Amino acid sequence: MSTLHTVNKSPFEKSSMDSCLAYAKEGSAVLMYEDGIYGAIKGTAVADKIAAASGVSFYVLGPDLKARGVAEEKVVDGVEIVDYPKFVALAAENDKVQAWV
Amino acid sequence: MSEQIKKFMYINRRAPYGTIYAWESLEVVLIGAAFDQDVSLAFLDDGVFQLVKGQDTAEVDMKNFSPTYQALGDYDVTKLYVEKESLEERGLTLDDLMPLTYEDEDDDWAEKDSIKVVSRAEMADIMEEQDVMFSF
Repeated sequence: MSTLHTVNKSPFEKSSMDSCLAYAKEGSAVLMYEDGIYGAIKGTAVADKIAAASGVSFYVLGPDLKARGVAEEKVVDGVEIVDYPKFVALAAENDKVQAWV
Repeated sequence: MSEQIKKFMYINRRAPYGTIYAWESLEVVLIGAAFDQDVSLAFLDDGVFQLVKGQDTAEVDMKNFSPTYQALGDYDVTKLYVEKESLEERGLTLDDLMPLTYEDEDDDWAEKDSIKVVSRAEMADIMEEQDVMFSF
């Protein structure tokens, strides 16, 4: 069973991302969107946690990065930038979606 | 009404777009600028994300209100304190922020920076000096 975890809250304000990382098992996917995209910025404590999560694929929604002025080169290596159709595809590809609101 | 000028500080601690706080704060600041008070803005915690340059909301169908910060100088809102530790924790530096300036009428209209990066300890001191605080 594969799960797509979604995080839409800033990891600097809420614990959603921390909880998600604690529960995401190997083979699952994590998509950051809305204020969740701040978790994808290089050089933060959150970035270190993403790097340490083995076997989990990370995605971040491009339009939300752009809206917030976070340039693609600021995104942690290994985190894939996706568009809305890919968001839908991820939801469809995985068996279920778990939203960490 | 008292003639005495008070020190008003607006404290911004939220990221833009995810909630309405940032935009609401900006609107209140602009309305409040009509009253002759000593106004300053503090940006700390996720509030520092409000000033990040290059915001482009076209694909998320929301209003990009970041250009409005450029207007603050014309309303005599010229003290924008940004906390250094909050920037660092978020992988940001002053270079990631919009350049915001004002023309100093007491110095032959010289163009000066509105953004002042201060340490957490300095921010605490600045807050201590205020008469009124508005939290967003």
